[in-house]
Amino acid sequence: MQNNFPNEGMSVIVKTITRFTVWLIFLYGLYIVIHGHLSPGGGFAGGVIVALSFVHLTLAYGKNFVMERVNKFAMNSLEAIAAILIVLTGLVGLYVTGYFLANFMGVGKLYTLLSAGYIPMLNIFICVKVGMGLYLVFYYLASFKPKEG
Amino acid sequence: MILSQFIFVPLLAAFLIVLFARKKENFAAAIALAACAWILIVSFIAFFKLSSHGGMILNNTSGWEIPYTICLILDNLSSFMLIVVNLVAFLSAFYAIQYINHFTGKWNFFALFMLMLTGMNGVILTGDFFNLYVFMEIALFSAYALVAFGTESEELEAAFKYATMGAITSTMILFGIGILYSYTSTLTMADVGLQLRSGGTPKMIFLVYGLFIAGFGLKTALVPFHAWLPDAHPSAPAPISAMLSGVLIKTLGVYALVRIFFNVFGAPTVVLQILMLLGTLSIIIGGFLSIVQWDFKRLLGFSSVSQIGYVVIGFALGTTLGILGGILHLFYHAIFKSLLFLDSGAVEYSTDTRDLRQLGGLSKELKVTSATNMVGTLSISGIPPFNGFFSKLIIIIACISAGQIVVGIVAALVSIVTLAYFLKVQKHAFYGKKGSAKVLEKVPFAMKTAMIILAALCLLSSVIMIPSIRKNYLNPIVDTVMGRTSYIDKVEPYLDKGSVK
Amino acid sequence: MILYIMCFFLFLVGVYGAITKRDLIKIILAIGIMGYSVNLFLVLLAYRTGALVPILKKGLNIPASMMVDPIPQALVLTSIVIELGITALMAALAIRIYQKYGTFDITKIRRLQG
Repeated sequence: MQNNFPNEGMSVIVKTITRFTVWLIFLYGLYIVIHGHLSPGGGFAGGVIVALSFVHLTLAYGKNFVMERVNKFAMNSLEAIAAILIVLTGLVGLYVTGYFLANFMGVGKLYTLLSAGYIPMLNIFICVKVGMGLYLVFYYLASFKPKEG
Repeated sequence: MILSQFIFVPLLAAFLIVLFARKKENFAAAIALAACAWILIVSFIAFFKLSSHGGMILNNTSGWEIPYTICLILDNLSSFMLIVVNLVAFLSAFYAIQYINHFTGKWNFFALFMLMLTGMNGVILTGDFFNLYVFMEIALFSAYALVAFGTESEELEAAFKYATMGAITSTMILFGIGILYSYTSTLTMADVGLQLRSGGTPKMIFLVYGLFIAGFGLKTALVPFHAWLPDAHPSAPAPISAMLSGVLIKTLGVYALVRIFFNVFGAPTVVLQILMLLGTLSIIIGGFLSIVQWDFKRLLGFSSVSQIGYVVIGFALGTTLGILGGILHLFYHAIFKSLLFLDSGAVEYSTDTRDLRQLGGLSKELKVTSATNMVGTLSISGIPPFNGFFSKLIIIIACISAGQIVVGIVAALVSIVTLAYFLKVQKHAFYGKKGSAKVLEKVPFAMKTAMIILAALCLLSSVIMIPSIRKNYLNPIVDTVMGRTSYIDKVEPYLDKGSVK
Repeated sequence: MILYIMCFFLFLVGVYGAITKRDLIKIILAIGIMGYSVNLFLVLLAYRTGALVPILKKGLNIPASMMVDPIPQALVLTSIVIELGITALMAALAIRIYQKYGTFDITKIRRLQG
């Protein structure tokens, strides 16, 4: 990747290592989300880890490097879409079973990846919502300048 | 089925606004208004359908039975509160369509507005302690952001003050909930009440009382905890001031206090006495501090502190008449205080100042604002036939008949003080000598309409004092609060008493 | 019991900090401490001597009576999210206040009176 801001961020060592670790952190977040109904973790914890992978990148390479590449509008929209999808999941439950946010899918077999009804799906929505939301919080706080301008 | 609408409609509207209205700002107002109108209609339907359901509708969420899940409970008190909240919310949103043109980021405003509405509706409907906390935080969180919406120095400062105080007391409430959970192993309000009733009162419950009085007392802005209100409410944009003063302090404060202390804890005498004391102090201090204010909205903020004292002493009396007065004053104050805040917003919109020393003689140029403000003034100071008269009269009579003669006299005297400081507003803003501030802009149509509707409601809402209407619609609400165990008794059949505990 | 009392002590530390400190950032941190103390309290409520994690897992057969109470853990997760939001909002407000006033000292940020 072309880096237009080579002097920002941390040292070369950190940047080089970051190039490897950031994907590992991201994948670990996704793993926790997908296995959320089987092991500790879930949408929120995984979402935080996904957001932290972006934060990691921002810290290592400086904020301008990331701001150039991140589409803030898309992130905002994704967050809103995830929130709407969570509410819609609840509405489907209301329509199918008569209870808001009730499980409307089969629970499947215990200990298998595709089980627990709608929980994996909700985990993924929550991951998107939390990941985008948390990173945007960091992004907006980082983009403040000490003086107005 | 009907109850979750109050929560998901504004929630969905908030995120739809974020998604679609970022580029096309007119969408924001349209979506917000549609959502407000929908839930306003639904809340009226719910109010009139309630009697055919035996006075309580209980909806479990997520397919489990309470106490293992969160339940939404609609009874007479909460359906009444829903109407108050959604009525004021609809009119404020309508007013905001044109008012908010003075600010940037219209979609932000409406998204936060809808989130605040979600929180308030949730607080009213929920039957679960922790859920109450979560919805309260949603409402407060949007309120902090909306107070800072103008991003001027004073607004940021007020928002920080509000956020600090709000966060500290919210933590206290959570601590209280934790203690309650450790005693009863349940979070469902009715179940907590049931277990406390059967298990006697442990000493630790007094710590919970203290934490809850501090927590919800700050949200109510009772006097030792009132310092944030006169800063925060004037700093917000006018429709939000109307929402904050009109309904937020009542929903998060008075309603939560009444629901928890009357329906769950069975109105312990010590709490009623404390509330009585705090309410009386609020009436006096709020009233006298209002007189010396020169900022139009700040004066209204202190007036809110004073008026909320009336509501609280009404409830704290614990008699049927007192609770009737409290409920009526809660409703009426929501109407006339929102009207007065919207008026102050109209004055600020057209003259760009709210300093009473610079205003003056506006009655010729801002006819509608001045006329509706007169109606609001007469209502809040308790001049018959406007609505404020009836509620204050009932509260004062209730004080005297309950033997609290000093409180009754204080309430009557501060009512005169109220008239005094609102006459000051009239003299310095609308009549009297012409001030240095000029009318720069006409008040637009939507703002005028909202103010006229509220002014009409000031007069029309006196109608519920007609005995037959009162008997059918108000008495069940009073009974919900008065019958201290009726709430628990009604929820009890729904409780799943499984073996897992 | 001593643990609960220490939780309450931590809570009071937070209250003390929020009331006496003059720096906006320190106030935010003090509120954070209050939140943590309550979270700790909730987690301690769930603890049961000798009990194990409330998780169903292959080959790990824990009877329900030998699990710690999962509800407070869910509550803690929720309250952490709420605290995150409050902290972020207050930090944003503090930064904006710094832009306007050039200081974090609350004795110098007094454009509103009482």
